[in-house]
Amino acid sequence: MPLSRVPVVEKILSANDQVAETNRQMFDASGVYAINLMASPGAGKTSFILKTIQALSPEVKIGVIEGDTAPVTIDADKISAAGVPAVQINTGGECHLDAVMLKAGILQLQLETLDLLIVENVGNLICPAAFNLGTHINVLVASIPEGDDKPYKYPNIYRGLDVLIINKIDLMPYIDFNMDYFRQGVEILNPGLITFAVSCKTSEGIDAWAEWIRQSIRQYKRT
Amino acid sequence: MHELAVTESILAITLKHAEKAAARRVTDIHLVIGQLSSIVDDSVQFYWDMISENTMAQGAKLHFNRIAARMKCMSCGQEYEMEHRLEPCPACQSYSLQVMAGEEFYLDSIEVEN
Repeated sequence: MPLSRVPVVEKILSANDQVAETNRQMFDASGVYAINLMASPGAGKTSFILKTIQALSPEVKIGVIEGDTAPVTIDADKISAAGVPAVQINTGGECHLDAVMLKAGILQLQLETLDLLIVENVGNLICPAAFNLGTHINVLVASIPEGDDKPYKYPNIYRGLDVLIINKIDLMPYIDFNMDYFRQGVEILNPGLITFAVSCKTSEGIDAWAEWIRQSIRQYKRT
Repeated sequence: MHELAVTESILAITLKHAEKAAARRVTDIHLVIGQLSSIVDDSVQFYWDMISENTMAQGAKLHFNRIAARMKCMSCGQEYEMEHRLEPCPACQSYSLQVMAGEEFYLDSIEVEN
């Protein structure tokens, strides 16, 4: 039986990357700045989105795509109640969103009516880091109760970030969280990472984040 | 774990290239995966055995060429292999590091019977 070696040299997730590129083109054609928001379960992704909507809407037209592993619309209902269009993607048990799933969600939104799209990824610190969605920036919501060792345990997700949100800082007095140790881990993996310390409970720090987003959208629309 | 999605991609790429090469059967698949990729070889093999069934790649052997994580110290220029995650520069203890290798994640080649 003749044997032969066929050179391939193709990125394993190249099919995903191609769809991600299509997603990016759709965003850019409509002038929508898109955020991939990641976090572990319970870090406060949905609360953070609600605070962001409160701070920016209606001046900034926001849409939200909710990735959930189960067909419960708890998060999407909260977003809809805040008066912005929300689409839920049920990943059917999958631990992450990929570009194909996101594309299906995008097609349910009227992108041309939006300035900002927030994609809430599935709560997980490992898998979402591996899948490019075509969004413009990757944002992670870390929270104080998760512990200060998370950058050391989940280096890949920190390496790919554009912005880090440290949530629930109002809990600092009650939890043994060494901020210097946490920040050192982040600095090793992603030197100079833009970071906002916030509390979705007290709204501390939300204004600074909202201002950063306003400026990023302005800058994006200019290019 | 996202190994199932990864394994499905490996199968899709394998079949695409095997068909292009007019192969009858795929016997070996060579993957190049950096140590910084969070992929468990055994899980990929486990899924592979299930999803490659009844394809021309059924029973093909997966070879994982693991590439060590190579770091360059931005403070003193030292290059070194990082065995455990987040090790500082062995020469100057700096944590200001750049990844030189270890993030590879591609299918290099397949071996086929024609």
